[in-house]
Amino acid sequence: MRDSIIPRLALALYLVLLMLPIYWLINMSLRTNADIMSHFTLWPHEPSLIKYREIFRDPSWVHAFGVSLTYVAINTVISVSVALPAAYAFNRYHFVGDKHLFFWLLTNLMAPAAVFVMPFFNLYYAVGLFDTVWAVALAHCLFNVPLAVWILEGFVGGVPREIDETAAIDGYSFPRFFVRIFLPLIANGIGVTAFFCFMFSWVEQLLATTLTSSNALPFAAVMTRSYSASGMDWSLLSAAGVLTMVPGAVVIWFVRNHIAKGFALGRV
Amino acid sequence: MARITLDGIAHAYARNPQSPQDYALQPLHHVWEQGKAYALLGPSGCGKTTLLNIISGLVIPSEGRLLFDERDVTRLPTEQRNIAQVFQFPVIYDTMTVAENLAFPLRNRKVRRPQIAARVADIAAMLELTPYLNRRARGLTADAKQKISLGRGLVRSDVSAVLFDEPLTVIDPALKWELRSKLKAVHRALDLLMIYVTHDQTEALTFADRVVVLNEGRAVQIGTPEELFERPEHTFVGYFIGSPGMNLLPAQVAGTRAQVGDCEVQLGAAYPAMPADARIQIGVRPDFVTLAPTRGLKVQVRRVDDLGRKRLAHVSLAGHPMVAMVPDGMATIGAEAFVNLDAAHVLVYRDDVRVEGVAA
Amino acid sequence: MNDKPWNNRAWFFVLPVLAFVLFSSIVPMMTVVNYSIQDSMGVNNFFWNGDAWFRELLDPSTEIGARFAGALVRTFAFSLTCLAIELPLGIAIALCLPRRGWSIGASLVLIALPMLIPWNVVGTIWQIFTRADIGLFGAVLTGIGLPYNVTQDPVSAWVTIVVIDVWHWTPLVILLSYAGLRAIPDAFYQAARIDGASRWAVFIKIELPKLQKVLVIATLLRFMQTFMIYTEPVVVTGGGPGNATTFLSIDLVKIAIGQVDLGKAAAMSLVYNLIIITVCWVFYTVMTQLERRRDA
Repeated sequence: MRDSIIPRLALALYLVLLMLPIYWLINMSLRTNADIMSHFTLWPHEPSLIKYREIFRDPSWVHAFGVSLTYVAINTVISVSVALPAAYAFNRYHFVGDKHLFFWLLTNLMAPAAVFVMPFFNLYYAVGLFDTVWAVALAHCLFNVPLAVWILEGFVGGVPREIDETAAIDGYSFPRFFVRIFLPLIANGIGVTAFFCFMFSWVEQLLATTLTSSNALPFAAVMTRSYSASGMDWSLLSAAGVLTMVPGAVVIWFVRNHIAKGFALGRV
Repeated sequence: MARITLDGIAHAYARNPQSPQDYALQPLHHVWEQGKAYALLGPSGCGKTTLLNIISGLVIPSEGRLLFDERDVTRLPTEQRNIAQVFQFPVIYDTMTVAENLAFPLRNRKVRRPQIAARVADIAAMLELTPYLNRRARGLTADAKQKISLGRGLVRSDVSAVLFDEPLTVIDPALKWELRSKLKAVHRALDLLMIYVTHDQTEALTFADRVVVLNEGRAVQIGTPEELFERPEHTFVGYFIGSPGMNLLPAQVAGTRAQVGDCEVQLGAAYPAMPADARIQIGVRPDFVTLAPTRGLKVQVRRVDDLGRKRLAHVSLAGHPMVAMVPDGMATIGAEAFVNLDAAHVLVYRDDVRVEGVAA
Repeated sequence: MNDKPWNNRAWFFVLPVLAFVLFSSIVPMMTVVNYSIQDSMGVNNFFWNGDAWFRELLDPSTEIGARFAGALVRTFAFSLTCLAIELPLGIAIALCLPRRGWSIGASLVLIALPMLIPWNVVGTIWQIFTRADIGLFGAVLTGIGLPYNVTQDPVSAWVTIVVIDVWHWTPLVILLSYAGLRAIPDAFYQAARIDGASRWAVFIKIELPKLQKVLVIATLLRFMQTFMIYTEPVVVTGGGPGNATTFLSIDLVKIAIGQVDLGKAAAMSLVYNLIIITVCWVFYTVMTQLERRRDA
């Protein structure tokens, strides 16, 4: 039914249009500024990696990338670990206020970062975490923890309760059961959750730039400083941009098989 | 349409099948006759759903021809064949009422309104769905939904075969019997060819006039339920059909006698000499093996199962396990007892295939 | 779903989550509430201001009120426009995706890629792409004679921001719809073939009804994200020309950090948040109703 030619053409056209801006960025990144401003070409005639080398040699860039990867990693680990027991509780038990708590978690998922910029600024300053990776990692928990709970709750629901009961009958203590039996069963779900936490933390820049100033600047902050004497350093900016896409592309490549499967099994 | 013919139908998912293992369905010749009810019986993965889908057109077989009467329909699209199919779980259109569901196939074929209404009313009456006609199909129970699925198949007057793929799987056990009787009633009323796939032998044996037993892609035996029970052509059929299945004991067979260890079993016919390297077994259903306190073949009694209506004794004859019936009168059973085999129902198998004997 | 045992000790499992969210959400919100009802004279000199900020905010005749009303209308318009394009487009592309085979993995990777680009880089990409001198998009549009100018023409700015959002986020709708479509068992399609249903009928009567839950989630997520959009417009248009693309988040950050007008910013934050929570609640109710009807 879907074998006719129109869907294939439409899909191909869409993919081309989708990749075009990305291709353009790569195009820009392989040319020098002088070249960009003087000629308009569809592909780099004399491709050079000079801007990439410039980035790798610049300690502030390297540090910035490192900072970003660090807080994303910290945040993912925290979000998933904290969310796991909560997701289990939400799915397996009724308790006082459970529906209201779940809804409130959902609203945090939708919280506009702009609303929290000001209070977070004050808060993290007050506890002395301002301008550290921890500030950003914790700030991102605002939306990533509820997201993790939401996704994991769906996966917990996919495991039949009989398994819990059998383990109890077989004499497993709860912690042992949880770690040895339950977690492997939702491994897929944990993967999907970690993927989304990574994604939403990696892409969020407003909080990341506001809560840092010099020691823990993420790459977005460094990118806004890409002015040179002759105006915007487009090719440097493009090279930096391409590099920020690499972790994302790598992660999707590794989870490509689980995306559709995980989606279907989980919340959806 | 009077009949469906399978002419060398086989199906392999791989491109170049080399050996029987590569085939999901091994070459099969069979004629399905109009008005009869057939069951395709076998364990999971035996190829029965593949066969059903070949007949309905959802799968094109890699080999062979499918004929409806004399017409080659092997590659004909499903919607142009005169068949209907009922699936494992109810397939209904959520957004439509029961009446609209039943009318759907006719509307797609541009049948006139008054005819649609009449036909829908007829089928609904036959399936006892009339009170629900104006209800949303979504809110009904699973068995009602399956009836709707069936109804959509029956509502087309050009349908001459209805295919069922394990349709009672999601039905409540309490309602299974009712639905099965309804299917049989529909069959008798409409004189359709019905092919019913199942792994449950009770369903197959009560529903069908003839049963096709499949195992690992091969049609092992085709026959009436009686034939399958009394004369299984293959040890698989013997063991798969009947609860519990047939007893199979390795033996040496000569003439009208079989030797199992140091026991001598009387056979109901005379058998020719068997090659020395063949695997010879005798098979006899527990129904024809009776436990006795005094006379017969000596056995060790392992345990006795009391199933209410009958009692089964698990025994050991010359070291081989066996199941026997315990007669009502027999009160106490010790560790040792005797069994009597009904010679007429002892069958001989060579390399799993039944050997026909000459009446003695 | 209803046969869960009642166990209040489950609160222990939820405590860590509660702690984090308290820290990230409740405590900051308290400071916001605090600011919203106070005014300051110089640093650390606060006095009670009651609901004065709120009244000023919600009165379109004041400066802040007009600004808020304008941003609110713009943001709603933006959200609705994006939804109107992204939902049908996303479903359509999901229908074009193959159901089996190697090409799915490759397609899904490409489709998901825009969503993993940091939002400021998305802005940068389009900043370059829309320039008439060095960007393909800008060059093509001005080349065919259209009066396209992102920095000076409000219509161009709007169209650009919408195009950016469609490019950036339609993949989310595609992935969700695709997952929803994959969950439909083959038997439905087979039965539809036997019933002689047309491709359109299959879409309307089988696929769309089964995608209901997915579409509610997709609508919720997309509405929220467009309603809170910040980084991309800031990088590409700076909120301009003038305030043509100044959405609520952008205005809020300008007031809070730019002008350090804490009281007004706090009041605006609360009203903003309230709108979001209300919309969220509406969707949550719809979703649970759908679940209940499905289980019935």
